[in-house]
Amino acid sequence: MSSALESGFRGRVVRLGGDRLSVRWQPRTLVVCGVLLALTVVVGVLSLSTGDYPVPLSGVVDSLLGRGTSAESFIVVSLRLPRLTAGLLIGAALGMSGSVFQSLSRNPLGSPDIIGFTSGAAAGAVVEITVHHGGQNQVAAAALAGGLITALVVYLLSLKGGRVAGYRLVLVGIGVSAVLTSVTSYLLTRASLYDAQSAAVWLVGSLNGLGWNVVTPLAIALLVLTPVVVAAGRTLGWIEMGDDAAKSLGVPVERTRLLLVVVGTALAAAATAAAGPIAFVALAAPQLCRRLTRSSGALVVPSAFMGALLLCSSDFAAQRVIPSTELPVGIATGVIGGAYLCWLLSHVWRTGRS
Amino acid sequence: MNPRLYARDLTLAYEERVISKDLDVAIPDRSFTVIVGANACGKSTLLRALSRMLKPAHGTTYLDGKAITSLPSKEVARRLGLLPQTPIAPDGITVADLVARGRYPHQRLLRQWSRDDERIVAEAMAATGVAELADRFVDELSGGQRQRVWIAMALAQQTKILLLDEPITFLDIAYQVDVLDLCADLHEEQGYTLAAVLHDLNLACRYASHLIAMREGRIVAQGPPAEIVTADLVHDVFGLRCDIVVDPQTGTPMVVPLHRRHRRPASGPALTKPLTRTGGS
Repeated sequence: MSSALESGFRGRVVRLGGDRLSVRWQPRTLVVCGVLLALTVVVGVLSLSTGDYPVPLSGVVDSLLGRGTSAESFIVVSLRLPRLTAGLLIGAALGMSGSVFQSLSRNPLGSPDIIGFTSGAAAGAVVEITVHHGGQNQVAAAALAGGLITALVVYLLSLKGGRVAGYRLVLVGIGVSAVLTSVTSYLLTRASLYDAQSAAVWLVGSLNGLGWNVVTPLAIALLVLTPVVVAAGRTLGWIEMGDDAAKSLGVPVERTRLLLVVVGTALAAAATAAAGPIAFVALAAPQLCRRLTRSSGALVVPSAFMGALLLCSSDFAAQRVIPSTELPVGIATGVIGGAYLCWLLSHVWRTGRS
Repeated sequence: MNPRLYARDLTLAYEERVISKDLDVAIPDRSFTVIVGANACGKSTLLRALSRMLKPAHGTTYLDGKAITSLPSKEVARRLGLLPQTPIAPDGITVADLVARGRYPHQRLLRQWSRDDERIVAEAMAATGVAELADRFVDELSGGQRQRVWIAMALAQQTKILLLDEPITFLDIAYQVDVLDLCADLHEEQGYTLAAVLHDLNLACRYASHLIAMREGRIVAQGPPAEIVTADLVHDVFGLRCDIVVDPQTGTPMVVPLHRRHRRPASGPALTKPLTRTGGS
C-alpha cells in the first residue's frame, strides 16, 4: 500500500484507487510524534500517581476506569486529571499557535507574542485585577478581551494596501507590546500589595487549581480550532516562498493568512484565558520539532505533541522539585525555554543553518 | 484573433502612485517576449498585472478570452505560471521537494502526490539539468543552480505560458546565458510562450522573438528586435546615445554605447531622464 519515493523526494506515499487518492507522509515525522506521545503518557501517569498523596499505578488505572476506591478516585480524577488535561490542551494549543506564527512571520523567534496578543492579555488581566478586583472568570474574560483587541489593532495597523507583510506585523507587534507592557507596569506600581501579588502570579502563568470547569470549554475550543489550523497549515509551506510565488501557484494567500492569524490567535487566547501567559512553549515547540523531524513547512501537528509534552513535564517538574511550594508552571517553562533559546543562539546560529 | 494572454486599457498603480495609464498589451502565442526599459518604467508592474499579482486600478487582463480575475485561482495556475523576482526557498527544503511545490494547482487535500506528480517533477528536473541535485538542500546551491531549480518548479506547474520577472539579474554572465539558453529551449522545442523582464538589452535582442520597449509606463515600440531596435529607440527608452552593430554570433542588433566624449555634446545637458527614481522597475 505504501511505497517509498525516489531519491530526493522525502517520505512515503499511500495511493488508493489508482491515482485518485494519494496521501504523502514522512516516516520520521510519524516516529517523532509517536515518541512524543509515549513520553507524554509516561509523564502523565507519573503526574497522576505521585504527589503529597501517592497513588500506585494500579490505583491510577482503576480510578481512570471508574472502579477505584473513592479516595483515590477523588485525588486522581477530580484533582490531578483536570490539571493534567488542561496542561496537555494548553501545551498543544500553544505549540500549534507558535508553529503558525513562526511560519507566517518567517522568524524562528515568532510566537503569538509578535501580534501583541500576550501583552494585551496581560494588560487586560492586570486592569481587571487591580482596578475591578474581579475573580478568576472575570480575569480570564478581561485577558481574552485585551488580547483579542490588541491582536486586532496590530493586524489593522500592519495592513497596507489590503495586505500584511510578515516583518511589518512583527515590528508593529513589538511597538504595541512595548506600550502595553508600560501600562501593565504602571498599574502594578499603583496597585495594593495583595492585588500586585495575585497579578504577578497570573502574569507568570500557572495551572494551579484548574478544574473541569476550565478544561471543558478549552477542550471544545481545541476541537473546533484544531481541524482548521491543520488543514490551513498545509499551505503555510507555500506561503513561506513569498506572496507572489505562492499566489502564482493558486494559493489563496491573503485569505489563508487572515484565517491562520485568527485561528492562531484564538488558540493562544484559549490557552492564556485558562492559565495566563505561559512563556516559551509556543516559541520552543516548533523549533524543537523542526530539528527532530528535519522537515520543512509549518509542522503544526508535531508542534502540538511537543507543546503538550513540554507543558505537562514542566508542570510536573514545577510541582515536584520543591514539593511544598507548587511553583507556577510558567517559571519552569521560562527556565527550560530560556536555556533552549541560549542553546539555539549559541549553537545553531553559529553553525550557519537555522 | 487575440492571443491567449493580453490586457486592455490597463491603469496600474500602487496606492496613489500611478505607474501606467491606458496600456494595451498582448503576449503573442508561442513567442519569447522580452520586456525592456529603464529602471522604474513599469516593466515588472506590467508583468505582475498580467499574472494577476497586481489588481489593475482600471482595465482587464484576459487569459484564454476570459477576464483573469473571473477564473478560479487554481485554474489560472494550471494555465499561467509566474516566477517572481525573489522567491524564498523555505529553510531546509530539498531540490526535489521545492520543485514538487509547483504541483500545488494540480493537487487536492486527499490527492497529495499522484504518480503523475512524481513523473512530471522528475521530468522538470531533468529538463532543467537539476536531476542530480535532487536530494541536495536548496540553500547549499549556487545562484545559477538555484535559479534552474525555481524554473524547474515553474515547469512542474505545467503551464504553457510562463512569465519570468528578472530571471537573470543576480547571476554572473555565464549563468545568465545558461538560464536564457534554457528558456530558448523551452520556447523553441517545447512550444512555451515566455514573457520575461530583462535588464540586459543585448541579451534581450539575442533571445527575444518579440521585444516590448517601455518608457514611463507606456509601450514605445514592440516587434522583433531586428526590426525595432535603433539608436533612436535606445535613446528614447534609456536616454543613452549608442551605435547599433550586428551581433557577430547571431546577427541580432547589439547596442554599443558611444564613447563619453561623443555622448556629451549630443545629449546636451548631462541627463535626459528624470533624476528621481524609486525602487525597482
